[in-house]
Amino acid sequence: MRYLPLTTDDRRAMMAKIGVSEIDALFRDVPKGAIAPLSAFNLPDTQGELEVDRAMSKLAAKNIAAGSAPTFCGAGAYKHHVPSAVDHLTQRSEFLTSYTPYQPEIAQGTLQYLFEFQTQVALLTGMEVANASLYDGSTATAEAVLMAQRVTKRSKAILSGGLHPHYAETVDTVAGLFGEMKRAPVTPGSAEDIIALIDEDTACVVVQSPDVYGLIRNLRPIADAAHAKGALLIAVVTEIVSLGLLESPGAQGADIVAAEGQSIGNGLNFGGPYVGLFATREKFLRQMPGRLTGETVDAEGRRGFVLTLSTREQHIRRENATSNICTNSGLCTLAFTIHMTLLGEEGLSRLARLNHAKAVALADRLGKLKGVEVLTPAFFNEFTVKLSKPAAAVVDALAAKGILAGVPASRLGGAADLLIVAATETATDDDFAALEAALNRALA
Amino acid sequence: MAMNNQGRPSDAGAGAGQTSGIVTISGDRGLDHEEKLIFELGHGAVGVDLPDVKIADDRLGGMRRKGAVGLPGLSEPETIRHYVRLSRKNYAIDSGLYPLGSCTMKHNPRLNEKMARLPGFGDLHPLAPASATQGALAMISELMKWLTVLTGMPAVAMSPKAGAHGELCGLLAIRAALEARGEGHRKRILVPESAHGTNPATAAFAGFTVDEVPAKPDGHVDADALEAKLGPDVAAIMLTNPNTCGLFEPRVKEMADAVHAAGGYFYCDGANFNAIAGKVRPGDLGIDAMHINLHKTFSTPHGGGGPGAGPVVLSERLAAFAPLPLLVHDAKGFRLIETRAEAPEGAQPFGRMCAFHGQMGMFTRALSYMLSHGRDGVRQASEDAVLSANYILASLKDVMSAPFGEGPCMHEALFDDSFLEGSGVTTLDFAKAMIDEGYHPMTMYFPLVVHGAMLIEPTESESKESLDRFIHVLRTLALEAKTGQTARFEGAPHFAPRRRLDETLAARKPILRWKPAQLQEAAE
Repeated sequence: MRYLPLTTDDRRAMMAKIGVSEIDALFRDVPKGAIAPLSAFNLPDTQGELEVDRAMSKLAAKNIAAGSAPTFCGAGAYKHHVPSAVDHLTQRSEFLTSYTPYQPEIAQGTLQYLFEFQTQVALLTGMEVANASLYDGSTATAEAVLMAQRVTKRSKAILSGGLHPHYAETVDTVAGLFGEMKRAPVTPGSAEDIIALIDEDTACVVVQSPDVYGLIRNLRPIADAAHAKGALLIAVVTEIVSLGLLESPGAQGADIVAAEGQSIGNGLNFGGPYVGLFATREKFLRQMPGRLTGETVDAEGRRGFVLTLSTREQHIRRENATSNICTNSGLCTLAFTIHMTLLGEEGLSRLARLNHAKAVALADRLGKLKGVEVLTPAFFNEFTVKLSKPAAAVVDALAAKGILAGVPASRLGGAADLLIVAATETATDDDFAALEAALNRALA
Repeated sequence: MAMNNQGRPSDAGAGAGQTSGIVTISGDRGLDHEEKLIFELGHGAVGVDLPDVKIADDRLGGMRRKGAVGLPGLSEPETIRHYVRLSRKNYAIDSGLYPLGSCTMKHNPRLNEKMARLPGFGDLHPLAPASATQGALAMISELMKWLTVLTGMPAVAMSPKAGAHGELCGLLAIRAALEARGEGHRKRILVPESAHGTNPATAAFAGFTVDEVPAKPDGHVDADALEAKLGPDVAAIMLTNPNTCGLFEPRVKEMADAVHAAGGYFYCDGANFNAIAGKVRPGDLGIDAMHINLHKTFSTPHGGGGPGAGPVVLSERLAAFAPLPLLVHDAKGFRLIETRAEAPEGAQPFGRMCAFHGQMGMFTRALSYMLSHGRDGVRQASEDAVLSANYILASLKDVMSAPFGEGPCMHEALFDDSFLEGSGVTTLDFAKAMIDEGYHPMTMYFPLVVHGAMLIEPTESESKESLDRFIHVLRTLALEAKTGQTARFEGAPHFAPRRRLDETLAARKPILRWKPAQLQEAAE
């Protein structure tokens, strides 16, 4: 087996040193009969690279990759162009095959990029501090609600109807164990009156902007109303590129920002791994979940970085920790950081403007089609259309023609006639024309 | 040298190069380059070429950003040099033995990276229609088959994103099963004191209370104490097997039977499955739920601390409560059940662990690992991991102190610090001296049940020559420490990119991000 360096002779010599004559002598504590014969596992035997490559490639070929078709799917995961340098750098052995930087003297590479990542996230979200990432946007949102429960010592959360339904369910599954998770009703394309739902028992209000239907929300009045009742505002962002063009949640009064960072540096990967961004105000620092990297000095006075404030974490505090999280999204944060470094201020601004321009152009074109009504008045790179036929059937029909037309709202528990459509920098005029023509036929 | 508002150096440089006695002009030392932060390097360049689209008439609802973000600008060559220089400050399994116990730093095959990047997997949208994702769903289904066959368990929930997330998934399934039985009052979970910190943290996270079970002097869980603690308020036991001391629990079936008889469930922390995969089926031991760290047992790269993946295998008694989404296969092919309303007869999903369907990028790598190894290779890998750990134990037990005697151990060799008694050298010093010898230290001070613990996990990826060299270094270090030759331990490491870092200072005055000079001044 090509990955196993020990030879039969090595094994024999090692067993002699140990003083056993057969390998199962080392498994003597396993209860009698619990060592299964190889035949008990109905699975294939060792295969070479070529055979594995062939088998896996055959499965991969049965899918429609976003880059191989006109693609308008969004709803929490976005197709963007990732510069070639990003993947090249993240595949460096020293990043790819290292572990959590528990030995900072030989992990400054990881620690320094995490410090850069925390700074980038804080700047983008307009917050004071950010952690070294959580699993993804949905779990970051759940952690944010739990943190709000700790900070306010209240249990109820109010979830905006425009919050991605998968996020709402993730929050409900975890934070719902400790209090009511009240979901506001939603009218796609318009803002619900969430302020009316805030009361003295409310720990936090969770509002996504742009929301799952693409609508941009003004968070300021919600933040003010929440603060007036002693509650926190948690702002959720699923398309982080939007912050290159939109006012940051921090500038609108958010107390915690939970976001999905996939759009920067990371591929679609059929839903994971992604990277959860988590930022807040300095005053809540010690209630934060997840890893934090901090600056310090070494014994010679040189700047260096370490994991810090770990007395919040499970390996020290055990059942009193702020979260059970142990890992972060290491390599995905690296991809995010490198891509964001390549973009810089100007690149991010251009990318965001390009996305918005594409989406505006597409919305205007689709709005002219018979049987299509654009519902979202203010949006970034994604909007919702009402179709004259069930959206899921339309999407299936277009997929058969090699077009990924968007995400039917019904897939997320929404209305049958709604289609969520995203247009990023990767969409071309030809893609627009193909979607237009195919929709025309499907709705005729 | 520039100073920040803490009076600490804010650029790399002047302190560097001192250990050799020669202070370099640049502050760099040969291949070891000092590297500033991107925020200190940025100068208005840009690393991408995108059109400068002007938006006169936006549709942003009046929410257009007014100020700049504050990001630095670097070109592509500057960006590449920056991150390449940073990478060289990291230790990695590709460059050396990484004996970090309980973390399983084994070889990461590059075929798996290639497979994960096939566009049909890596560039696939999670909400693309089922007709466009049949190959991906078939791939997940194949991985599920491997996991259920290897564990002898009937069901598996794929969405948990890491080991701790898998623990949460398993405990929430247990909670749902208890509630479905009308026994939601069972709130106590028995956790051995030797457990990973995630176990008690997860139990609390899932709304349970934690009751600690002591370990016996031989490193095993005190099964009698555990059985004595069982009662009508016990929801589950949460055991790691093989345990964190690197030992297989000989009374595991007895403990399983006892908790079942008392009406509770058996959660197993599967962090150490890599010692027994392809050899022992957890389902045969009476386990009800166990997460599998794909990044440990099935070698998806650790990536500096993630991403991982923690699918959870479930017994017949818990299978119905698996979270959304559910993968089903019928005449029309594969499809995902994503809402409770669509759930098939009998399924009572407890909720949802995360958006979408789990760590697909880890699934492709893990399946690629499994197909490469095959059942025979998986079994051989487990045996080699156990053999290598025992070889280390046998080769070091006369100079270091093994708290649980002669062995055998499973895939980890555990030592305590009693061999260092009176030497003035601590476990920390010993570990840091290993860095100077070119090794990543072992796991230190864990498990907590052993004083000054040193937990060594060589994995199956090391050759005998590599193990012999490692053993030679550790023997010599141990003998030097015991005979008063302690110079190399004092202030170690000496040859790493950094000397020991001041962690107390970092925690006392946290600096968690870079700030521009004017903000730093304002903060003073």
